Amino acid sequence: MGEEKLTLKDLAAKPDLLAPGHRMCAGCVSASVARMVMKATRGPTIVATATGCLEVATTILPYTAWRVPWIHNAFENVAATASGIESALKAMKRRGALKYEHVDIIAFGGDGGTYDIGFQALSGILERGHDLLYVLYDNEAYMNTGIQRSGGTPYCAWTTTSPAGKVIPGKPQWKKPIAHIVVEHRAAYVATASPAYPLDLIKKVRRGLEAEGPAFLHVIAPCTRGWRFPTNMGIKLARLAVQTCLFPLWEAWWEDGHPVYKLSGPSEAIARRPEMKKPVEEYLKPQGRFAHLFKPERKEELLRRIQEGIDREWSLLLKRAGFA
Amino acid sequence: MSIKISEMAGWREIPVAGVAYRPSTESKTGDWRSFRPIVNEEKCTGCALCHFFCPDGAISLVNEKAKVDYDFCKGCGICAEECPVKAIEMVPER
Amino acid sequence: MELGVAKQEVMGLTGDEAVAYAVKQVDPDIVAAYPITPQTIIVERFSEYVADGLVNTEFVPVESEHSALSTCVGAAAAGARAFTATASQGLALMWEILYIAASMRLPIVMAVVNRALSAPINIHCDHSDTMGARDSGWIQLYCENSQEAYDTTIQAWRIAEHPDVQLPVMVTLDGFVLSHTLESVRVLPDDVVKRFVGQRRYIRVVGHEYKEVPLVLDPENPLTLGAFGMYTHYFEYKRQQAEAMEKAKRVIEEVGREYGGISGRTYGLIHPYRLEDAEVALIGLGSTMGTAKIVVDRLRQEGMKIGLIRIRSFRPFPREELLKSLSHVKAIGVLDRAMSFGAYGGPLFMEMRSLFYDEESRPLISDYIYGLGGRDMPIKLLEDVARDVKRNADRGRVAEPIRYVGLRE
Ligand code: SF4
Ligand code: SF4
Repeated sequence: MGEEKLTLKDLAAKPDLLAPGHRMCAGCVSASVARMVMKATRGPTIVATATGCLEVATTILPYTAWRVPWIHNAFENVAATASGIESALKAMKRRGALKYEHVDIIAFGGDGGTYDIGFQALSGILERGHDLLYVLYDNEAYMNTGIQRSGGTPYCAWTTTSPAGKVIPGKPQWKKPIAHIVVEHRAAYVATASPAYPLDLIKKVRRGLEAEGPAFLHVIAPCTRGWRFPTNMGIKLARLAVQTCLFPLWEAWWEDGHPVYKLSGPSEAIARRPEMKKPVEEYLKPQGRFAHLFKPERKEELLRRIQEGIDREWSLLLKRAGFA
Repeated sequence: MSIKISEMAGWREIPVAGVAYRPSTESKTGDWRSFRPIVNEEKCTGCALCHFFCPDGAISLVNEKAKVDYDFCKGCGICAEECPVKAIEMVPER
Repeated sequence: MELGVAKQEVMGLTGDEAVAYAVKQVDPDIVAAYPITPQTIIVERFSEYVADGLVNTEFVPVESEHSALSTCVGAAAAGARAFTATASQGLALMWEILYIAASMRLPIVMAVVNRALSAPINIHCDHSDTMGARDSGWIQLYCENSQEAYDTTIQAWRIAEHPDVQLPVMVTLDGFVLSHTLESVRVLPDDVVKRFVGQRRYIRVVGHEYKEVPLVLDPENPLTLGAFGMYTHYFEYKRQQAEAMEKAKRVIEEVGREYGGISGRTYGLIHPYRLEDAEVALIGLGSTMGTAKIVVDRLRQEGMKIGLIRIRSFRPFPREELLKSLSHVKAIGVLDRAMSFGAYGGPLFMEMRSLFYDEESRPLISDYIYGLGGRDMPIKLLEDVARDVKRNADRGRVAEPIRYVGLRE
């Protein structure tokens, strides 16, 4: 795979395909994620984006920040839209009407557009086996409409539709295991990534593009406005999410009818040296959306449950990755 | 945006179908900033991490040193927070 | 372009099969397929063409109608010719994307086999599905029979892709009455169809790189499609769409005439019948107007001065053509196969009343809502309608402006 030769130095010299001047919030990590994803492209590329922060704030007419052909259709259908592009290019190539040997297709969807309203269309492209990369930038709530809970919002998180009330302490449900659900569709390539590890993220994008068939990249994308943290802390939190094993980094593909899970650098290190795993409180404390777990008094029971939930998922992943 | 709606191109002139017709680089975001990142070139090792982390693509490497484009930097402070050698300092804008 | 009428084979086809056969001959780049009665035969037949290697089309068997049209949007934006077909609930599920496809100026062709909307769930014909979509920005061509469904499916690409138009086209045919009924359909040779539709055409725009480029997703000339348009821009695009619809009238007629040259069957915006000296006229859409011709013939034998107009293009609405054709008529009976709840009459009635508002002499206009959920509209009932319109003409006023025909009291 050509991705082995990628270095940050070389990639830094590659012009941005998501240009400056976009109007994402100051400190928006989704913007960092999108820039990094676009750094990983390997040739002619078309991008489709679901309705959401990334779509709105990068294309406010008359301006656009995209230096690749880009399309937004609606909220729940970026997967279908991208599959239409892929099918069109296939047919045009067959007729000799395509001037490129190959065109990569990247679909961006947020958590609302992926876990929730876009889930059906996503499942459809996975089942049909379209050759494209779907990037889920997960900021864990409907941020564009003002921080409403989604299927990707974590347990106990405050949002404007899962408020931390006197009786219910934030979101009562757990996060949907979206990436594993995608793996079970027999997707060609699935990975999780954190923008705190740029080279890992970029290499995974490249592997996703190189994979033949549907590829899915789940990226954690801390949101300064919605998670309630200072604008300079987004990358730090994206790192803590990995260090606490709340958002472990892994890749998965299928071989001989079996899923192969492989832990990536930082998570593999924790698997080998479990003492490196940080307590989840380090991740929760800096975020205003979890403030009610610490103030006015510590909610020991909830904190214990959150930690247990993470431990449970982490040990499940360790088993899948052959570490048990 | 500094353009007045009444002075913008009419419906016959603007491209059809909602096609964007200006690059975002014509719309500066530097005035969002209340803190300004200052790079200490002596400390900077040119590792490029800040270039990748910057949400706004406002940092490039020039002669292996980080260089901030203040036309677009929104002053979030991520670069200063993340620089492994603390080569960037955030100072208040006047 | 063509030197004369091509030799044509006569095939026994249902309306759905006629559409599928036309699409096969056009051989578009992608067909997004999802089943729904009474459209299903279209995608079934087409999948057989794909399975037998008779087309180059990429067949995308999507998981919903919403995704069917979404897929067509992506494909058409990428430069492809895209087709899909639906009916009723499927069209309703596409609703959101109907507007997007039109506003993004994507020349998608879609067959809609008219079927009543739930509830109660019903599989039979009325026009409530497409009438609800009349403001979505799609061109709507209503077919009278399977022959026309075939002919219009071929013409639709030329209309949709015309540089002055660049709008999606809905070809509609009545559920079961046409979709499932075998007719003799004269089909053109493949190469004649291919030559008639030609290559897909693109309009040119100046995008954010300040170059004039074709409106298509092309890595060499990146464009941003589907951007965020606030009050600074939104309105202007809507005005552009209105203009394209206006221009579509001429294009529909031109294409219909040119098609007449190769097939011997010429099509326009409206199709009048025995209207020249008529005092009363029926007006409506779709297959019922075929039956109405029989009624006109019968009543003419009785001496009634009656004619009819079948509207083929409901969007764009052929205002000038209708005014011209109906200027001498005393009373008009509008046949509406859909309702607009809470409005004064059905969709076509409202159009017709508004049409004559500025005219000095206005005909009497009465509405006959019929055939909902597949309720039969036999010759006898159509005759009753015609006689009612005639009575209005004779007495010089409309006795009952809105009547429900074939409804149990
Ligand atoms: S992160 Fe620090 S050391 Fe690395 S390039 Fe940026 S300023 Fe220089
Ligand atoms: S302060 Fe933020 S926007 Fe400015 S250069 Fe640093 S990371 Fe980029």
